[in-house]
Amino acid sequence: MAESAVQIKDVTPQVSGAPKAPDALSARLEALDLPKGGFSAQARADALARLREMGLPGPRDEYWRYTDPRPFSAPVPQAIPIEGKSPDSPLFTDLDRLTLVFVDGAFDEGASDDLTLAGIEIDTLAQADAETDHWARGLYGTLEASGQKPVRRPFATLNTAAARDGVLIRVTGKAAKPVHIIHRRADEAADVMWHHVLRLEDGAELTLLETGMVGARSNGVIEADLARGARLHHITAKRAGHQKLGISHLFARVAAEAQLKCFALSVNGTLMRHESVIDIVGDDASAHIAAAVLGDGKVGPFHHDDTVFITHAAERCESRQVFKKVLKNGAEGVFQGKILVKQGAQKTDGYQISQALLLDERSQFLAKPELEIYADDVKCSHGSTTGAIDEEAMFYLRSRGVPKERAIVFLVLSFLADALEEIEDEVLRGQINDRLEAWLTRRANQ
Amino acid sequence: MLKIDNLHVKLEEEDKQILKGLSLEVPAGQVHAVMGPNGSGKSTLSYVLAGRDGYAVTEGSATMDGESLLDMEPEQRAAAGLFLAFQYPVEIPGVGNMTFLRTAVNAQRKARGEEEMSSGEFLKAVREKAKDLQIDAEMLKRPVNVGFSGGEKKRNEILQMAMLAPRMCIMDETDSGLDVDAMRLVSDGVNALRGPDRSFLVITHYQRLLNHIQPDVVHIMSDGRIVKSGGPELALQVEEEGYGDLLAEAG
Ligand SMILES: Nc1ncnc2c1ncn2[C@@H]1O[C@H](COP(=O)(O)OP(=O)(O)OP(=O)(O)O)[C@@H](O)[C@H]1O
Ligand SMILES: [Mg+2]
Repeated sequence: MAESAVQIKDVTPQVSGAPKAPDALSARLEALDLPKGGFSAQARADALARLREMGLPGPRDEYWRYTDPRPFSAPVPQAIPIEGKSPDSPLFTDLDRLTLVFVDGAFDEGASDDLTLAGIEIDTLAQADAETDHWARGLYGTLEASGQKPVRRPFATLNTAAARDGVLIRVTGKAAKPVHIIHRRADEAADVMWHHVLRLEDGAELTLLETGMVGARSNGVIEADLARGARLHHITAKRAGHQKLGISHLFARVAAEAQLKCFALSVNGTLMRHESVIDIVGDDASAHIAAAVLGDGKVGPFHHDDTVFITHAAERCESRQVFKKVLKNGAEGVFQGKILVKQGAQKTDGYQISQALLLDERSQFLAKPELEIYADDVKCSHGSTTGAIDEEAMFYLRSRGVPKERAIVFLVLSFLADALEEIEDEVLRGQINDRLEAWLTRRANQ
Repeated sequence: MLKIDNLHVKLEEEDKQILKGLSLEVPAGQVHAVMGPNGSGKSTLSYVLAGRDGYAVTEGSATMDGESLLDMEPEQRAAAGLFLAFQYPVEIPGVGNMTFLRTAVNAQRKARGEEEMSSGEFLKAVREKAKDLQIDAEMLKRPVNVGFSGGEKKRNEILQMAMLAPRMCIMDETDSGLDVDAMRLVSDGVNALRGPDRSFLVITHYQRLLNHIQPDVVHIMSDGRIVKSGGPELALQVEEEGYGDLLAEAG
């Protein structure tokens, strides 16, 4: 399966300098039916103007050095058959939670819970956007726009202009239970754009879970605004089809004493790119972002890119990035991670680790860790490693009678453990771990 | 039970011969001790028997109950009843001690066509044995050997041995790093396992362990061979005189 999963009509113009691809943009926009928007109308118009100015990235764009952006800019994705029922039981079903179901990116009211919940106000973007007034008015597209510096992220801007649905959540207290967004597929060729806006007021707390599958291609944006002392936990475990294409952006603004914790579990997908753009703007805040990725190139091409940009603009803040990728059968993993410590952001504690476990010699991991520091009293470290299964540990397990395949499962889980540790809630962590174990075991027995 | 005949082993990566015609036989129900200077090849012997990669057998054989060990995968040897307590037990972060041990027990049972242990049965058995070895419940919950002291790791090896109930137990310097009380606990654990159908090959540098675990035979190993075998008095002689005279006399 060497051919790309989308038709690539874009021919990148041979212009040196700015890697614009205006033809690709026009073709992309033509294929879209852009919503006018109600409360978001101005933000959408602004986004469109910004997008026309910057264009879509071409393959020579430095920020897209390791990942080909063209499948994301192609006008339409290739249809992908709807996957059969997953052999895994759905995640988080035994938790007391509020579920919202999106089918091909559109809210399915009938399949969802009632949206009233103490301490929290939930709307869907499509419904809210029928009106011109909404609390999200000042936020929609705002964090995305400010996240365009110093690196441009045109696909997020495209999303602001074109997204039709998503959730708008405002939390004023401690959300009584987690909110669980479930994505489902219906149309084989769905090209989905979802856009969530989260606003956590002073001291508010929310756990947001996202699972399921999104479209033949998806482009998602989360804008998360954490006020003083707010706490947001975001856990995604999307069941991605093997051929799926997906790009997502998280834009977060973290105020004083607030805590952001994100964890993503990713299994398969032809081409995935997740960008996290986190601005820590208030003192004593923290932001943790972690991912566990499993890629198997056997069923089809696999390319998974995590790109992170964390800016420290306040004192005594902590950030932590933990990215782990397990790759086999020619799977490719990419990590681009940057910590920018601005002048005056004293006592910053920045940590970044990206690691790949290569289960064969055909797979590869490309990492570009970066630190840029303009304050003198900071503690920042980054590390990146690529390695194979630890033979010593492997022998130890097998010498106890654990069969080789099962020993590999143990060692993969062991490798991923640091990333899973970033899930604070023990129950959730246990469920993700069980899911991983089931998935790995099934794979091992194939 | 275990029969090693004229075993020659070299490293796969480099042309270095480590075992140079080693012969040894441990009958069922007996405890044999192996002593020998650092670097004589004791750990190599235990690794080769357990099936670790990286060694090439160039000559000779090793059989358990008449079946060649050398053609089996490590997990097959384990299921056949061979157990190696490591000189340096390996830490495996992120994998719970209990999960690991239960998987091992049931994998072996499954390989032998026996019924798997239920989690209830397993827990009960582990708790009992852990108590005897004074391994507390908190330690059982931790990842495999992570954060264990040197002595705790060794006790954990014996716990695994007790749970897996192997027939041929090889213990590579299980006594090193143990305090006096732990040495007694471990020895009691081993003695409790002794029986007509179970044999032990105990690698050690110190006679002291052999006061607790009385060996039937003591072998002296040097430069990849057994150079002398005798009764427990041989260990006493090593303790008092060192290897010098013994090896000179044998060489
Ligand atoms: N993988 C290896 N690479 C290089 N040399 C090795 C390797 N494994 C063993 N050796 C060498 O083989 C010899 C025997 O080593 P081994 O560990 O078996 O000795 P030992 O008798 O167990 O020693 P000790 O009493 O110190 O534990 C040593 O000289 C050692 O350096
Ligand atoms: Mg040794």
